[in-house]
Amino acid sequence: MAAPIEIRGLVKRYGDITAVDHVDLTVEPGDVYGYLGPNGAGKTTSLRMMLGLIVPTEGSVRIFGRDPQAGIAALEGVAGFVEAPRFYPYLNGRRNLELLAAVVGGDAAQRIAGALETVELTDRAKDRVGGYSHGMRQRLGLAAALLRNPKLLLLDEPATGLDPAGMRDMRRLIRRLADEGMTVLLSSHLLAEVEELCNRVAIVRSGRIVYEGHISELKRTAASIYRLHTTDDDRALEVCRAQPGIVDPKREAGEIHFSGEESAITELSVALIEAGTPIYALAPQTVTLEDLFFSLTEDREEPAPAAGPRALVGDAA
Amino acid sequence: MNPSALTVYRWELRKLRFQKRTYLGLGAAVLVPLIFVTAVALEPGGPEEVAFGRYIDTTGLAIPLVLLLFGSIWLFPLITALVAGDIVASEDHNGTLKTILTRSLGRGQIFAGKTLAAGTYAIVAILLNGVVAIVAGCLVSGFNPLTSLSGTPIPATRALELVLASLLVYLIPILAVACIGLLLSTITRNSAAAITGTLMFSLMIQLIGILPGLEGMRPYLLSTQFNAWQGLLREPADWDPIIRAAWVCSLYGLPSLAGAYLVFLRRDVAGG
Repeated sequence: MAAPIEIRGLVKRYGDITAVDHVDLTVEPGDVYGYLGPNGAGKTTSLRMMLGLIVPTEGSVRIFGRDPQAGIAALEGVAGFVEAPRFYPYLNGRRNLELLAAVVGGDAAQRIAGALETVELTDRAKDRVGGYSHGMRQRLGLAAALLRNPKLLLLDEPATGLDPAGMRDMRRLIRRLADEGMTVLLSSHLLAEVEELCNRVAIVRSGRIVYEGHISELKRTAASIYRLHTTDDDRALEVCRAQPGIVDPKREAGEIHFSGEESAITELSVALIEAGTPIYALAPQTVTLEDLFFSLTEDREEPAPAAGPRALVGDAA
Repeated sequence: MNPSALTVYRWELRKLRFQKRTYLGLGAAVLVPLIFVTAVALEPGGPEEVAFGRYIDTTGLAIPLVLLLFGSIWLFPLITALVAGDIVASEDHNGTLKTILTRSLGRGQIFAGKTLAAGTYAIVAILLNGVVAIVAGCLVSGFNPLTSLSGTPIPATRALELVLASLLVYLIPILAVACIGLLLSTITRNSAAAITGTLMFSLMIQLIGILPGLEGMRPYLLSTQFNAWQGLLREPADWDPIIRAAWVCSLYGLPSLAGAYLVFLRRDVAGG
């Protein structure tokens, strides 16, 4: 079966502005995929193209192998929302869902009660949506998505603007749907949300993907950065460069930074002493996922906080 | 059941039932004849300068016809634009276009449903206005024979048929206005701009009609077609203005509708 989402070379330009810049990503069945980036990184624009709402300038989007530009049939089995889910404010919650069930067709109407139950809105279903809080609208948006009985759920910042309890409930709900076998792509600017919910992630910055892969790999990358300070750092840098297993050593903030496996580090410490450059400090850099995220998504000209692994930016871009 | 343009049509009508603007337009369509008839009852003597104006005291059947003449200046175009100008733009305003476009319906089906709903509303408003004017007019001035524009008497029953037929002919330019409203609604994505734009267009066309030196254009102006029904009230009936209204209004309406359709089909849905 074709991958739920396969995007190749996707570009969207508005005049001189490139909102989405050659994005490639693949979402496999069963993934809870995080599309992570700061506000304005082009996440929503990408999602709009996945749903066929806007036309890509270049590149292709395939949803279960179908092109959403080719017609509405491509969205069979797909549901979700971009930006805040929107409804007719003058109709009540249930009537909004009835309308959507009518345009979904099939047995969608029979799922209304269950969907309202799932998002815990049964009690407020008879109130006009105009009077709903932001959190209730987000939940109604999820209920509206569930009417389609989707295999793939596309959610744009689902927990944004919710209070802490609302956020927790929303995440729990997404987790539950994922556990039931739904493939989920979720955009977010909140690292904690993606870390909690997702197994794979694409980090975007100014329309470009700067990292794509498993969260666990990203974390491993974060942990394998070392910092070194010796009596003679110039000499030590030469030693590092000559040492097998030491990757990308460079001077930074009065220290030497490099990455490598633990065994290579042990051998390096011996080599340094043999070369007559006693060590002041050799320690694994405590880079959190958050540092990584910032170093990947913030401007490269600015000094990266906690000296994040810049090599990653170069590798992925 | 698979959704179709008819599903959208039914839901658009249902949505109209929950919107204030619907009642504003239909309310005006009902109130205007009631106010007019009340004025006639209180102060006999009609507007002599318009066709049928002098007969409104003698037969209630003259009243809907006088209202058609007055209403064509801005009232009926406005009532029509109130929904036609809003029906696409309000989806932009509410951000709901993306909500319905990501379901199982094609854009063409959604557009067709909306067009039908806007047309239905305009038809209902005009017919409602006419029926209220006939009933209230006849209560005040009686169900009496009408004098045709050729000066011949028309028996009351025959006159009633002709008044109803006039209402139907009047729908031709009204539907053209609805198409223009739909086009502006789709392009501007803003209800207020589309409604006032439609009205401004209709007023401007009337202005062209009264400019000296442009008399030759007059038969082809949209505003002139609002008088086409008068052909029915001549003896013998003059079908020329009605036939002209049909094709002239098509020239205004169909390209507008086609333009709106194409824009709706291709546009990026980026708002909301």
